[in-house]
Amino acid sequence: MQWEVVIGLEIHAQLSTKSKIFSGAATAYGALPNTQACAVDLGLPGVLPVLNGEAVRMAVKFGLATGATIARRSVFARKNYFYPDLPKGYQISQYELPVVAQGTLQIELDDGATKTVGITRAHLEEDAGKSLHEDFHGLTGIDLNRAGTPLLEIVSEPDLRSAKEAVAYMKKIHSLVRYLEICDGNMQEGSFRCDANVSVRPKGQEKFGTRAEIKNINSFRFVEKAINYEVERQIEVIEGGGAVVQETRLYDPDKNETRSMRSKEEAMDYRYFPDPDLLPLDIDDAFIETVRGTLPELPDQKRERFIYEYGLTPYEASVLSASRELADFFEAVEKASDGEAKLAANWVMGDLSGALNKSGLDIIVSPVTPGMLGGMIKRISDNTISGKIAKEVFEAMWNGEGDADAVIEKKGLKQVTDTGAIEQAIDAVMAANPKQLEQYRSGQEKLFGYFVGQVMKATQGKANPALLNELLRTRLRSR
Amino acid sequence: MLLNKSDVEKIAHLARLEVTEADIPLYANNLSNILNLVEQMNVIDTTGVEPMAHPLDASQRLRPDIITETDQRELFQSIAPQVEAGLYLVPKVIE
Repeated sequence: MQWEVVIGLEIHAQLSTKSKIFSGAATAYGALPNTQACAVDLGLPGVLPVLNGEAVRMAVKFGLATGATIARRSVFARKNYFYPDLPKGYQISQYELPVVAQGTLQIELDDGATKTVGITRAHLEEDAGKSLHEDFHGLTGIDLNRAGTPLLEIVSEPDLRSAKEAVAYMKKIHSLVRYLEICDGNMQEGSFRCDANVSVRPKGQEKFGTRAEIKNINSFRFVEKAINYEVERQIEVIEGGGAVVQETRLYDPDKNETRSMRSKEEAMDYRYFPDPDLLPLDIDDAFIETVRGTLPELPDQKRERFIYEYGLTPYEASVLSASRELADFFEAVEKASDGEAKLAANWVMGDLSGALNKSGLDIIVSPVTPGMLGGMIKRISDNTISGKIAKEVFEAMWNGEGDADAVIEKKGLKQVTDTGAIEQAIDAVMAANPKQLEQYRSGQEKLFGYFVGQVMKATQGKANPALLNELLRTRLRSR
Repeated sequence: MLLNKSDVEKIAHLARLEVTEADIPLYANNLSNILNLVEQMNVIDTTGVEPMAHPLDASQRLRPDIITETDQRELFQSIAPQVEAGLYLVPKVIE
């Protein structure tokens, strides 16, 4: 039987406010345990939450960037459950009336097509603390520094049809929240995490199958692997005559499998109700327009501009606009190279990205600055060096040997454009290879490449390739 | 609507309340009365009435994003039953 996969994602993005969503405690990552957990975060008696305006502004910013409806009135609700890292016994969240509803996001698929994914809602809520299950004499340690950190939970429609689409969507949201500067997107620190609702149904069937929810996946790679595993598992269960159970599952990256965590029937009855400690959140047009004025150029807009302004291919434009830092770097290189957009794109996506990946560096700390790379590209376009020699120059710049001009000077890499010098080299090569010359002249034109190689070798790769080709062709023909 | 024994047990469990066997009929009765009251209200036609999220006719005041709290860990942990390495210790929980 042909199966169709149905996936919806819930993404939790930690909003990068300085203070917590309902208290004035700091949100900085990595502080000593419980040094950033105040009375409000601890849920001590008599405290009252007061909403952080910046968190609201960030949620609205996300809503506007996804063309969503911003609720003029939204309501905070209590989600009740007991767990030691949730000291109040409830999480303040939004339930029936979230601040953002019905947005959309375009994703690009492997075949170059685009797909629109619906965003059901995005709501504000507080994060819980952390439980440490290492051995404290058989007890659990609780760090409440994270408790009360603002989260934007972004819920997609069940519009995704494969693990690849899910990853493309997650990457797009990741890129977007970083463009908007509302979340640092740091997945290792848990600032950006994802739950996946996965089900399968026979192709053509309208009704959704029973879904399982995979909790807390914190990398793009794991999202893909977890979903693929889960899909296989569900199909196996159904084809084996069984039924998928609605439940929460955990992905174990070491074993590459998902495991049942708890079954929904048993536990979760959150008994949501409006939080009497918080008044409804009213957002007026003036607030929305102020936020709209702060929207930066978004990834899709940047991508379009890269195509028409610089003549990049859609693929190049997608890669270079994926992160704001990469896009800024590319544009700075383009500028420093006096408008050599194609070369700038090739070098940023090719050698530079390769070198960064290899050494695990972020582009913002690249040892080769945009000015240096742009300067080198200028030397390619004015024929001082060939593209091949440029690789050598790039490597030297990467290793801290100075900018392109200094490297070219020091290593004597300047291209030979002196006709006489190249002709001399050609003559020497022809004299040294009478057999090949004869074969060439009797019709084996393939040997042209051989001569190019020999002359390049004789000039240590410094001969201007176009000039060499031209001179060599004439020389080989004349007897 | 009438709640039975297992309903009361479930509600008590969700609220982490200990209820003695002998008190269950009493709770069942009291809770059922509350539900009956709600059912009476359900009779009223509320079409076009905006649900009320809060009895006060006011809206949420927003706080500027400023850190106003200082570290008071020592004070807070002085009333905790058990702490170690800055952590609050609780009976082991594993999901």
